Amino acid sequence: MSLVRAETRRLFRRRFTSVILSGVLLIMAAIIVGTFLSNKQVTDSEVAAAKAQAAQDYQQAVQTAERDKAQCLAAPGTPDAANWPANCDEMWTPTQDEFDYTWYMAETFDLRSEYANMITLLAVLLASAAFLIGASFVGSEWNSGGMMNLLLWRPKRLQVLGTKLAVVLGWFTGLSVLLGAVWTGAFLLIAETRGTTAKMTSGVWQSFGLTGLRGLALVVVAGALGFALASLGRHTGMALGALVGLGALQIGVYIMAGLSGAKYPDAWLVPMWGFVWMYKEYVVEDIDSCNYSSEGGCTPDTFTMTWQTAGIGMAVVTAVVVGAALWSMRRRDIS
Amino acid sequence: MTPVLEISGLRKTYRSRKGVRNALDGFDMVVEAGQVHGFLGPNGSGKTTTLRTLLGLIKPNGGRMAILGREVPQHLPEVAGQVGAIVESPQFFGNFSAELTLSLLADAGGVNRSRVPAVLDQVGLRDRSKERVKTYSLGMKQRLAVASALLKEPKLLILDEPANGLDPGGIREMRTLMRDLSDSGMTVLLSSHILGEIQLICDSVTIISAGRRVTSGSVAEVLAQHTSGAVRVRLETGVDLLDAATTLREAGAQVTLENDYFTVANATNPALITKVLAQRGVYVSELTPVSADLEDVFLELTGTAPVAGQNRQVDESSISGAKNGWGQ
Repeated sequence: MSLVRAETRRLFRRRFTSVILSGVLLIMAAIIVGTFLSNKQVTDSEVAAAKAQAAQDYQQAVQTAERDKAQCLAAPGTPDAANWPANCDEMWTPTQDEFDYTWYMAETFDLRSEYANMITLLAVLLASAAFLIGASFVGSEWNSGGMMNLLLWRPKRLQVLGTKLAVVLGWFTGLSVLLGAVWTGAFLLIAETRGTTAKMTSGVWQSFGLTGLRGLALVVVAGALGFALASLGRHTGMALGALVGLGALQIGVYIMAGLSGAKYPDAWLVPMWGFVWMYKEYVVEDIDSCNYSSEGGCTPDTFTMTWQTAGIGMAVVTAVVVGAALWSMRRRDIS
Repeated sequence: MTPVLEISGLRKTYRSRKGVRNALDGFDMVVEAGQVHGFLGPNGSGKTTTLRTLLGLIKPNGGRMAILGREVPQHLPEVAGQVGAIVESPQFFGNFSAELTLSLLADAGGVNRSRVPAVLDQVGLRDRSKERVKTYSLGMKQRLAVASALLKEPKLLILDEPANGLDPGGIREMRTLMRDLSDSGMTVLLSSHILGEIQLICDSVTIISAGRRVTSGSVAEVLAQHTSGAVRVRLETGVDLLDAATTLREAGAQVTLENDYFTVANATNPALITKVLAQRGVYVSELTPVSADLEDVFLELTGTAPVAGQNRQVDESSISGAKNGWGQ
């Protein structure tokens, strides 16, 4: 326990930790205040007016489309024919869905439809902070010689590194839960005062809870990867370099996948899998393919990226990198 | 009595694209309890590698080590609480104060934090303890490193170049501190290049060169084993030194002329000098053995004495062969 206490004190006495956590709190506050100020609650009469306006615009669009189609059908054999497509049935016909009444209202915060995005935003913010703090926490210890000093006091390498990792991840887990609760409370308040909490069933809350848990896993994984990469390279820069390298590699892989005719280049992008992890699934299309049917015409091949696959990939990568860091700690000389 | 520290046959090999280098090649060392033991060797001879290996920072390729009677590195966690150490240059996280640095180490090692002010006072950092370490001079960092080693009141204190960066007053304070610690029953292993200091404060020494022990024992024994055999010879006033030197050279002596005296390097039997000179009617007024100091012994044993016109490289060691005595 003494080592846990020492590492906790060390973590929170570091200026880098304070700066990053203050930055996280400031960004959270800015988002909450910005959302609060940019939304307003709409009255029933404003909703009715918006619906009426949407219906009116829809009718107007329908009339315009019918007039255009009539002109198109009359155009063959006239000089005006060049202005219209050969098949007038392909012309756009408006649908009711294309005239959402909410577009005709002032911005209002709908908790049900918008809070999932907010959970993802918080998860990405905390994951970034966890990566940086995790990397810096161990990287600066290696770089300054603090790790060697510590090992002179506690010559159990795996215990020392494992405790440091556990302290970072433990505190980030607690912090994420706490800030997640604050975040939820703030947006619930915004929805009640500057938006709506309509259709918030227990199923919706359960879905938010599961998204939150996936977000928490993202934070833990990011912290573990930052820590492990910095420990492997024995410098904070190793983790940051790996991140930059991954970015460059992703651009290259995406371009090469496109050039080589791979069916789904998007599926090679790590950020897409992060997106899928948070939003459960994403369907990528092969726009060069065509599955023809008389009813639907040409539909492309699709590949569904699922959160389960993303989760397995994330777990494997994390296990390999953390495992390599522990192996390196056990085997390599310390100078 | 069980030695506090025992090393035998220690080997450490580094492999690289340039080949294999034996940093430690069957090194042996024994440090008895209550001693201040000097650990000497030229740069790159394996001193720091030995200390790092002993403290579990480097894995050896062979050999046996024991601290306080326990085999290490297997039982290092059990004895680590009784071993205070600083290895090479002091390294600390620069943004923490000395006080915070030591209190974190105390927490990590399960030592009462109330020890921190006492050790800071002991090394003279009490008034600067709340300043960030990165503002410290090398000497102050060195003092902090010693404080960290003293924090757990060790039975064995291992100090690698503790006087590095210290001012003359600091060196003297460090010498007194070593003596006081030794008097209180602590065993001190001291690695240093300041041979005068070692000779002053150490009870015994081990000298390492090219990863091997070249000599060990009490300081007096080591000096006695490696006395030069040289004597300083002064003659009566007015006697031609050159003539006398020529006479001795003809008899096989290695004579070096100085201003008003000469030295005979291989005088294992000084009586022969007086005899040879007296036969020529020259009488000796002074015949003094030239005593070796630790620096002479070190340079001789490690083969690192400067040679005019040559730039010795770090790994070079030109240990000379055995001298033939004259007059035996």
